[in-house]
Amino acid sequence: MNGYELIAGLEIHAQLMTRTKAFCRCENRYGAAPNTLVCPVCLGTPGALPVLNREVVSQATRLALALGANINLRSRFDRKNYFYPDLPKGYQISQFDHPFALGGHLRFSVNGVDKVVNITRAHIEEDAGKSVHLADGSTIVDMNRCGVPLIEIVSEPDFRSASEAGTYLSAMRELLRFVGVCDGNMEEGSLRCDANVSVRKIGETGLRERCEMKNLNSFRNVERAIEAEMKRQIDIYEQGGEIRRQTLQWNDQEERLIPMRVKEGSDDYRYFPEPDLPELVIADSFVREIESAMPELPESRRARYRDDFGLHQEAVYLLASERALSDYFERLLSLGIAPVTASGWVQGDVQRLLNEHEWSIEQFPVSAERLSGVILAVEEKQINRSTGKEFLRTMLSDSRSVGQLIQATGAQQIQDTDKIRKIISSILAKYPDELEKYRSGKTKMVGFFMGQVMQATKGQADPQVAKDILMELLA
Amino acid sequence: MLDERAHRQARMVADRLLRGEDLPLGGYVVAVKDNIAVENEPLTCGSRILDKHPATFSATVVARLEAAGAVIMGKTNLDEFAMGSSTENSGFFPALNPLDPERVPGGSSGGSAVAVAAGICHASLGSETGGSVRQPAALCGICGLKPTYGRLSRYGLVAFGSSLDQVSPFANSCSELYDVFRALAGGDSRDATSSNEPLPAARELKALGRPLRIGVVSEFLDNEALDPSVANAARDTINALKQAGHECKEVHLPSLGYAIPVYYIVATAEASSNLARFDGVRYGYRSPAATDLQTVYDASRGEGFGREVRRRIMMGTYVLSSGYYDAYYKTALRVRRLITNELLTALSGVDVLLTPTTPGTAFKLGEKADDPIAMYLSDIFTVPANLAGIPSVSVPWSKDDLGLPIGMQLMSGHFQEELLLQAGLELERIRPAKS
Repeated sequence: MNGYELIAGLEIHAQLMTRTKAFCRCENRYGAAPNTLVCPVCLGTPGALPVLNREVVSQATRLALALGANINLRSRFDRKNYFYPDLPKGYQISQFDHPFALGGHLRFSVNGVDKVVNITRAHIEEDAGKSVHLADGSTIVDMNRCGVPLIEIVSEPDFRSASEAGTYLSAMRELLRFVGVCDGNMEEGSLRCDANVSVRKIGETGLRERCEMKNLNSFRNVERAIEAEMKRQIDIYEQGGEIRRQTLQWNDQEERLIPMRVKEGSDDYRYFPEPDLPELVIADSFVREIESAMPELPESRRARYRDDFGLHQEAVYLLASERALSDYFERLLSLGIAPVTASGWVQGDVQRLLNEHEWSIEQFPVSAERLSGVILAVEEKQINRSTGKEFLRTMLSDSRSVGQLIQATGAQQIQDTDKIRKIISSILAKYPDELEKYRSGKTKMVGFFMGQVMQATKGQADPQVAKDILMELLA
Repeated sequence: MLDERAHRQARMVADRLLRGEDLPLGGYVVAVKDNIAVENEPLTCGSRILDKHPATFSATVVARLEAAGAVIMGKTNLDEFAMGSSTENSGFFPALNPLDPERVPGGSSGGSAVAVAAGICHASLGSETGGSVRQPAALCGICGLKPTYGRLSRYGLVAFGSSLDQVSPFANSCSELYDVFRALAGGDSRDATSSNEPLPAARELKALGRPLRIGVVSEFLDNEALDPSVANAARDTINALKQAGHECKEVHLPSLGYAIPVYYIVATAEASSNLARFDGVRYGYRSPAATDLQTVYDASRGEGFGREVRRRIMMGTYVLSSGYYDAYYKTALRVRRLITNELLTALSGVDVLLTPTTPGTAFKLGEKADDPIAMYLSDIFTVPANLAGIPSVSVPWSKDDLGLPIGMQLMSGHFQEELLLQAGLELERIRPAKS
């Protein structure tokens, strides 16, 4: 854009999937009736005190390991002080100058090009309640979200295009889901994103003033808001103006940025060490234990699928993006199915059934073990591919094994060459005109005869055997 | 007064005692400072902003008191949110010293001190942030123990300065303090700063049985703020201890002069954050003048909090502000560590440290009300133990010419409450007979 380049960084807030909240025993769940999942601690009732939930630390550790971040074995909680009705204590428990983890990176592919974004830090904090602004100008507050554990992941200003930012968010969502720490549901607010945006002339080295955009709640909004903000800043510079630091909110309906407040210097949150919580000290052995139970991450799985299995790009991304699907695929491999074959079935037949029923792979009724039975029956030519497909569909509501299905349906593939030879001979005798056409050079007629063979055997003839015999008799 | 609850509990305790249960505080009638939560009872913190606000749960110390057989007869008056040294800052009315109703009982736990000193109950709970139990104990002629930080759960104690706050009992003797202390102490899963350090094993406080090694802090005795009558009493104490065969040696605390400023930076910083929740939005006082969110905050807090609380919130907000944080708050934390190290060094060669509890005796109502600095200085001897988190007890020693009590303060190392109270027991044994 007119010789300008984008400099953007993202702050992602991910709600952790703990059973209870960060500092009390209230259930951590979305969608309950307002103000029903609350207690003196998360309501900030006078005299109540926070106690850190151990599972929060486990999940933060999983994410930090997945990002390749340095986990601080000693970190500290701080209070971020500000007044708002959905913040019942008047401060948020967060981490300021001794965060849980520093550094790390996320690698992803934008339009086929690899991109690495560096992570500045990741820290643990608590969510605030949810303010709902009503049409009459009043505001009501739901405190169920108060004290829900969050991890805030701050990136370096490494984004040079809006699509990089959108793809990063999507890759981070995938990773969070992959390691099982956040469900990534942006509509329900369990994953939220703020962006810091500035622009500069290409070739310039310093950074110009930046603006912050709050609550970009979809991949599309992140990209559109960054594009809009970039254009706004460039227009101002081109007209000889200056950017003032401010906070903007993306309005989804009007598709434009609305200024929230102009910042004079930085906001003064009067951070200081949270005296109600001791320093967070974790043992190296705790980290190692979690590390040993970590799943292989998408990045490494992708490399393996591409380099070792020779799968094509589309299959690589599909099979390594979601942990349960990827594990299903790998289970097939461990049951003796070749990668390309397994990939074909998962990408094709399984994916089609999932889409048809709007299921996730966890909801898919056919285990990898049963599917592997079907695939092996096809490979061993007990049944042909299309019968295999039908069996898979049958298995959605039928618990019989592939062996039982073969017996019950009589779908055993015909391999008996004498039997096939007899059938083919009678077909050739039945269609003299078609045979004449073939002999006069219409080799396409092979397809016609094969169709007749399959029809006569109800699809049970081994196609390879049948074709060999047909060619022999035609010769 | 908690008539209904007290009667119910008294009947239950009587039943349990009749069944032969061994209750460590069976028969104790106690009062509880009104910044400690008792379920379904008002929890005013002496503030208009919480007037009649009922607690939704009981503090851990309250649950332990009742489990040990104590009957809680009532809640007691205090300086608003425990901010003060005379109980004149109560949002309702001042407390009066039972020995001379024209004088203050000290503060901020003035009401709890009065309840024991006037013979209304056997023991009471106060809370300390900078001396709010030891100072009124000294001014009312009773005993007050500030345990090690983390010994007693803070769950249910409305926070003032969270890194300093500690529930602290009053009683007439060190033996009774020991009973109450043992019944209440111990880790609490609801307070992450509470400690699981083992409790002293002895069921009753017994004499130490060997000479004490006592450190006398010279900076306290040579202090310009010290009233001559109190200085004389301190010298008498040292002589009496020596005569009883104890070893007294001089120790130093060169940074004592910084204790008050450090305390007022740390405590007010934490208070400014702890008191943010009293905003008129969810509970408590909301100003009728409020018209929008900002005026709900401004007017409710402006009208609901008293002058001293507003002063401390402003001080605390100021010292945490960007641009001032390093100069005030961060420096204060550094000096706090320095004072702590000096105290622990002074304690390293002795059992306990001895100082007067307060620079002077009970002052008249209104005498220091308009001079906050003079009021703050009445905590000069008690504040160091809070900064270091070590336990400390005030024991009545003698009386001045006006008949006003003078208390001596002892401090020991972390978690050495038993040794500390044994030293207190010795002071009780050798002090001059009551006139």
